Amino acid sequence: MLRADNVSFAYGGGFALHDASVAIAPGAITGLLGPNGCGKTTLLKLLCGVLRPQHGRVLLEDRPLESMPRRDLARRVAVVPQETHPAFEYTVLEMTLMGRHPHLGTFELEGPPDLALARAALATTGTEHLADRQYMTLSGGEKQRVVIASALTQATDVLLLDEPTASLDLGYQLDVAAVLARLNREQNVTMVLATHDLNLAAALCHRLVVMREGRVLAQGPCDEVLTHEMVQRLYDVDADVHFHERSGHLMVLPVRRLS
Amino acid sequence: MIIGTSPTDIGGRSVRARLAAVVAGYGALAVGACIGAPLIGSTHISLARALDRSIPFANNVDAQIFFVARMPRVLTGAVAGAALAAAGVVMQALLRNPLATPFTLGVSAGAALGAILVITFGSVVAVGAISPVPLASLIGAVAASAIVYTLATRPGRTISTTVLLLAGVTLNAFFSAVILFVQYLADFTQTYRTVRWLMGDLDVGSFGPVLASLPLLVPAFAVFAVLPRSLNLLSVGTDTAATRGVDVGRTQRLAFLSASLATAAAVSLAGPIGFVGIIVPHLVRLMVGVDHRLVLPASALFGVAFLVGCDVVSRTIMAPVEVPVGVVTAMVGGPFFLWLLVRRS
Repeated sequence: MLRADNVSFAYGGGFALHDASVAIAPGAITGLLGPNGCGKTTLLKLLCGVLRPQHGRVLLEDRPLESMPRRDLARRVAVVPQETHPAFEYTVLEMTLMGRHPHLGTFELEGPPDLALARAALATTGTEHLADRQYMTLSGGEKQRVVIASALTQATDVLLLDEPTASLDLGYQLDVAAVLARLNREQNVTMVLATHDLNLAAALCHRLVVMREGRVLAQGPCDEVLTHEMVQRLYDVDADVHFHERSGHLMVLPVRRLS
Repeated sequence: MIIGTSPTDIGGRSVRARLAAVVAGYGALAVGACIGAPLIGSTHISLARALDRSIPFANNVDAQIFFVARMPRVLTGAVAGAALAAAGVVMQALLRNPLATPFTLGVSAGAALGAILVITFGSVVAVGAISPVPLASLIGAVAASAIVYTLATRPGRTISTTVLLLAGVTLNAFFSAVILFVQYLADFTQTYRTVRWLMGDLDVGSFGPVLASLPLLVPAFAVFAVLPRSLNLLSVGTDTAATRGVDVGRTQRLAFLSASLATAAAVSLAGPIGFVGIIVPHLVRLMVGVDHRLVLPASALFGVAFLVGCDVVSRTIMAPVEVPVGVVTAMVGGPFFLWLLVRRS
């Protein structure tokens, strides 16, 4: 459904993304892996239409994104950015309700169904008790979960997440992973998730896209892509990659930096 | 003092209920100010007598003072207050900066330059009922906006708020330098008139100037009515706004043009009355929270009451001498605002 065909993008200077082709499998969780500056965030911004490719096309159901009105696109694809810094002191509930924007008419105000959706999303991310707090007074982990709730309130079938667990402690990392897995399982939400956490990717993702220096090196089922050789190619790190019985997925244990 | 809801009980009530309360509360305050202000002045008049239709208007001194002598000035304050306060809200959201004012992007400096050029180099040509100074300040304001807009926009792209701010600040500095240069060439009387213009003046003499500003203000406020939910998202972040379905480039252009238009109209009408555009939105946010669907209408209505109220102070505090209204807004508003900030934190 959502795919990038031979897309390139440069911010000025060199290419951030070069001739990348990625097909996002419907209903699956796809992980974007790669070292810093490899083009993960750029690819996510192209997939949600915030950036437009300078070459190639991004298609949703075979329609180029730039031919779709913003509002229509926002009803299909929601995004959880790395960080969100509002200029004013919105409450958590206000931030969450902003997810309803593409579903409301110009002068329409949120009604009880919108409020119910927002409250449900807050409950899903375990932030219901924060509803009346000011967003800016929350901890990093709370903020991240509220932003996920806001994206859930948008009620899309595609969710793009940029480092959703980067600012979370170990417990919340597992919580967020569980929330995402459940949403994918129960509501069939297609997800694309850029992350540095290889074990999170192994636990959560059905498929992986691995990138380095703006190019896609490989994409495919998680178990096939995430190997000792691939970790070494991506990060110049010697790591043990093996199946872990108790967790039921691959585990990556970095051993040493190769240089 | 507290109108509408306090920020702490926002969660308990729907936007619809809060919007109704805000419009009713602040609307009553604005209407009250516009009816109360003309009653106050050197000659005491009675509202009942002023509105008494059984007395012929020609014989009703109270009605003449109320409607002819004082009401044009009150309505000028109302219109300028609403326009500056609303434009301040829009600019703060557009620039994602609570410290932005309607004057941040050079509109008032352009207006001032226009006014000062006419005051100093004396155009004797009046266009119809419109005197040359407001017209020149309007042209200056529009020209300044056009320059900033041209510098900061690219077709089909979103506006860089950094470029917008830098262009505005630079233009402000440039126009200020030109103003100083013109002042240097001016004689004493012209300099006095210039300084007096810069302090702001609501005493326009008739309803004509207020009516003349409506063709600018009506479209500006029509755009203000469409913007608020998009401004909420814009103030969270341009990328977030885009992924939530806001056409960011279009919203930014509409916000810039409407706020500039409203500011240009207000400044050409009443002079560059500072502070209204920053203090009113912040006072309102302390009372109703930060949702632009509440802040924008509440600020426009509170702007009416604030500027009309300040003008009453300016007319009465040292009567029969008038204190310039631009001085009053900052001298009354500033300490009060600081007190609120300190009390809140």
